[in-house]
Amino acid sequence: MQIFLPIADIPVNVFLVFAMGLAVGFISGMFGIGGGFLMTPLLIFIGVQPAVAVASVTTHVAASSFSGAIAYWRRNAIDVTLALTLLAGGIVGTAGGVALFTWLRALDQLDLMIGLSYVTLLGIVGLLMVGESARAIVRGLMGRPAILRRPGSHAWFLGLPLKLRFKRSKIYASAIPVLAIGLIIGFLGAVMGIGGGFLLVPMLIYLLRVPTATVIGTSMVLTFLTMLSATVLHAATNHLVDAVLALILMVGGVIGAQFGAHAGARIRGEWLRLLLGLLVLAVGSRFAFQLVLRPDDLYSIRVIGCAP
Amino acid sequence: MNCVVNRVMHRALMTAFLGAGLFGNAGPAAAAERLVASLTHHRVMITSNYTGGELVLFGTVERDAATPARNGPYDIVATVTGPRETLRTRRKQRVLGIWVNTEAHTFVDPPSYLAVLASRPLDAIANAEIRRRLQLGIADTPFPELIHNDIGEVSNDPFRAALLQLMQERGLYSEEPNGVTFLTPTLFRAAISLPAEVPIGTYIVDVKLFADGNLIAHTNSAFEIAKVGFEQFVVNAARNHGLLYGLATALMALCTGWIASVAFRRD
Repeated sequence: MQIFLPIADIPVNVFLVFAMGLAVGFISGMFGIGGGFLMTPLLIFIGVQPAVAVASVTTHVAASSFSGAIAYWRRNAIDVTLALTLLAGGIVGTAGGVALFTWLRALDQLDLMIGLSYVTLLGIVGLLMVGESARAIVRGLMGRPAILRRPGSHAWFLGLPLKLRFKRSKIYASAIPVLAIGLIIGFLGAVMGIGGGFLLVPMLIYLLRVPTATVIGTSMVLTFLTMLSATVLHAATNHLVDAVLALILMVGGVIGAQFGAHAGARIRGEWLRLLLGLLVLAVGSRFAFQLVLRPDDLYSIRVIGCAP
Repeated sequence: MNCVVNRVMHRALMTAFLGAGLFGNAGPAAAAERLVASLTHHRVMITSNYTGGELVLFGTVERDAATPARNGPYDIVATVTGPRETLRTRRKQRVLGIWVNTEAHTFVDPPSYLAVLASRPLDAIANAEIRRRLQLGIADTPFPELIHNDIGEVSNDPFRAALLQLMQERGLYSEEPNGVTFLTPTLFRAAISLPAEVPIGTYIVDVKLFADGNLIAHTNSAFEIAKVGFEQFVVNAARNHGLLYGLATALMALCTGWIASVAFRRD
């Protein structure tokens, strides 16, 4: 069944888009991530303009992370103070990201920027994840115990001024690194159409020493709030959010996430991280090829305005 | 991306062209042929299940006792021009190993849709001089470019060739030498096909009648492509009330997320 998307201005097959929502939802539920980094490329692949894809996926991620956040809220696994501090940085980053997005679009360089950011970010994160999980798997196979984090090893930036007590996470640290992390995630989310969960979770664990009990829930709250504000900002400035597209994606996404969560619970953590790392790398290389290989058509057209 | 047509201007245009279509055109001389043409419909609705469409132009050449005899058959060239929008054609170049948009040319108000339908190949209908003067066919349609705050034509511009090529690939530009069929020596019809990603707005259909290599009559008609119902509501909201639209979309995301968490609650 074909449906004409009002903002993307193309007809798409509802079942195809719904299936994409389900598939990405399944993966996001399995790994506890938003799935924006998979959904945006998939939409570009079926012919949605990159700008519309990025803007509409923010809405989709907002919905899926909201349902996730509610589940963690019920389990009392959210550090509200930490989430709100991250959000303060996140909103500023999102506004900056949307502004950069608008500016690059005017310069005809938005698609390039989206491509480059995907390659860089996914390449680095993917390699780190694969490396770390492979070492963990090898250690497990050789029967050696996992190396535990040494308690009390505080990084210098946690000692900066503006100290705050994040009770639920049992950490006492400066607000400056927390705000900075929020800023980076918000910025990348708005430019790349990703929630940033796959970046935020490791940052919270390794940089801020947030315990695993609160890390996913807190990350989901931040993802949900930054993606929600990115939706509103993209809609207000670039008029590129396709609500119909977003609705089909999010319905598929929230259903797929339920099945993904069940599947994820049955796989060991390090294998799960290895799979996710490989997936991240695959998407990154897809973008890399696109940048390096000679395109089929060197020319492209963009509508820049209406006749008076 | 579509251009929102100024409603008042648009109405005036429609009235003018529909009028012209109904009454035809007297042509250059009183004794010459009268050309009457009309479209099967004057409004194409883009609804949520729109995947492209087709309109039929039909018409007749009216002769009377005083009309001189013609040596050859009649020829019709129908030019369908969609709403105009400024386009930028960009070219990629390899910079440090990756492909980057480095150069761009801006075309000032080319038609977003251009279909030239003729009863024979254009060069058989009129000579090069007449084709150029009447801007007949895509090759003789002007595509002015913005050059340092100045507007002018660039001859042999690869960017112009690329623009035409890309628009033809998307089905937005077309030239069909056998797009007009004569059912009788004076009765003709032509099918105007609209691709799925057709821009909304007013489309002008210009019909020219040729005989013996000369233009002897012409007439105009017009149709409108509009998003209706839900589609129009969404586009209108997104363009004109961006903030409200964004807030409504955000609310939709919240509701979906909440419903999902209630429906799939496991504890």
